[in-house]
Amino acid sequence: MSVGSRLAKALNNGSFAVTGELGPPKGAGIDQLKHHAEVMRNHVEAYNITDNQTAIVRTSSIACGAVLVQMGLEPTIQIVVRDRNRIAIQSDVLGAVALGIKNILCLAGDHQKFGNEPQSKGVYDIDSIQLLKMLKDLRDERVFAGGDKLEGEVDYFLGAVENPFADPFEYRVDRLEKKIKAGAGFIQTQCIFDLERFKKWMELVRERGLHKKVKIMGGVTPIKSMGAAKYMKNNVSGITIPDSLIDRLRGAENKKAEGLNIAVETIQQLKEIEGVAGVHIMAIAWEEVVPEIVERAGLYPRPQL
Amino acid sequence: MIIAKRKPLDQIMEMLAPYNQICVLGCGACVTVCMAGGQKEAEELAALIRIHRKKENRNGRVESFTVERQCEYEYIDQVLERLKGFDIILTLACGVGPQTLVEHAADLLVLPGVNTTSMGYPKEQGVWVERCLGCGDCILHLTQGICPITRCAKSILNGPCGGSAEGKCELGQDIECAWHLIHDRLSALGCLDNLSEIQPLKNWSVSHHGGPRTTVREDVRVERGE
Repeated sequence: MSVGSRLAKALNNGSFAVTGELGPPKGAGIDQLKHHAEVMRNHVEAYNITDNQTAIVRTSSIACGAVLVQMGLEPTIQIVVRDRNRIAIQSDVLGAVALGIKNILCLAGDHQKFGNEPQSKGVYDIDSIQLLKMLKDLRDERVFAGGDKLEGEVDYFLGAVENPFADPFEYRVDRLEKKIKAGAGFIQTQCIFDLERFKKWMELVRERGLHKKVKIMGGVTPIKSMGAAKYMKNNVSGITIPDSLIDRLRGAENKKAEGLNIAVETIQQLKEIEGVAGVHIMAIAWEEVVPEIVERAGLYPRPQL
Repeated sequence: MIIAKRKPLDQIMEMLAPYNQICVLGCGACVTVCMAGGQKEAEELAALIRIHRKKENRNGRVESFTVERQCEYEYIDQVLERLKGFDIILTLACGVGPQTLVEHAADLLVLPGVNTTSMGYPKEQGVWVERCLGCGDCILHLTQGICPITRCAKSILNGPCGGSAEGKCELGQDIECAWHLIHDRLSALGCLDNLSEIQPLKNWSVSHHGGPRTTVREDVRVERGE
């Protein structure tokens, strides 16, 4: 466990941790990102900052993370293996540590085909599990991937993602175990819309005692409109939305209010599932509702750390 | 085999525009089998070029013939004098062919008539699939004959990634998830445990990333020119 990370503390002291998500803009003006961070200041322990999500060029996650550190907030920077090889990743991680960043989330990243540079060369020098292992060894063994010794020390809290809604379903728990072995201290799941499938996955997780080896944070996204729901269902890789949920939204007069209700109910249910240590709220392009969701889910005020 | 696809005709005609003595050179190896650049395709393309030039009132000569293998000096030698009679050679071999020609005879001018796409095999008539990237460090023993380096869009060694759904890759319904296939195959063979070990970082230095590769077999080398 990382000594300095607030997120690690929140997850380890038994309170149900809350994190938010910030997507950097397609430009260098980050006032809005800072504003969204301020909006959630008292409601989340840390902020995930995405790394060119869906392969769209945006301001770097580490740069935005550094700005958050200056604001006295705690970022979790995402690192995908799509755009950087082991040289660049290790270098960037050292830079991130130097800038005061304490949490790193390791992902594969959506294929470049989905983004705004579909003709780019994908790097994929290493995969997300190897990324975890590489950064764990850098921290714990003080050794670079190539075997060279690290000068001094680095400290960070390592996380990974898992998608209980991807296939093959049974293998998703094996893969979680592999990520724990590789160095994940916390896990964020893909957005949970299919609670039944999530519960089934958690059962398998508990059967193997994996919830005791890693802190699992359920991913929750409030749905803003029918269009957003359909878009996620059809276009976002790795997301499944059950038809029943689409129907519930369709039947609602106020889609936004219903979207919020669903998110709040999902978090309330997640709190009851043994082995779920927190929630990661991904309110992309709807950041201002995070405080309301946190409060209505009974997670406010946040514990003092 | 090596799979190729003929370049668009517009591009071919544009490349050929400055020349009058044109040889369309087929190759009798892989591109014959994948129907991109054998004798038949060379003849057809030469005919199309002739028609195109006739429309443009261009004089000159367009001939076609085929070398058994454009990637070996011995076969090139058999037609070398004939090739020298043209001011351009449009080769329909894979990317290796034109390069072998100019390395062997620097005064030849060559143009590529095909795009080389992959190493693979014909899955069905008219459909060729990619199966090898030539990474220099084969791991098919770990996956029981399914290559994740080639068939996974992210060349993941510890897959499948979170984009795998219902056996398909996140890239689209027409691409199978290689790791789903590997998982099912290992599961059926009772060796799913193969996947529990974290596969270490791949050594890409033996692939093209280590620079252009020369493969040397001292035991079969012969001294030339003595």
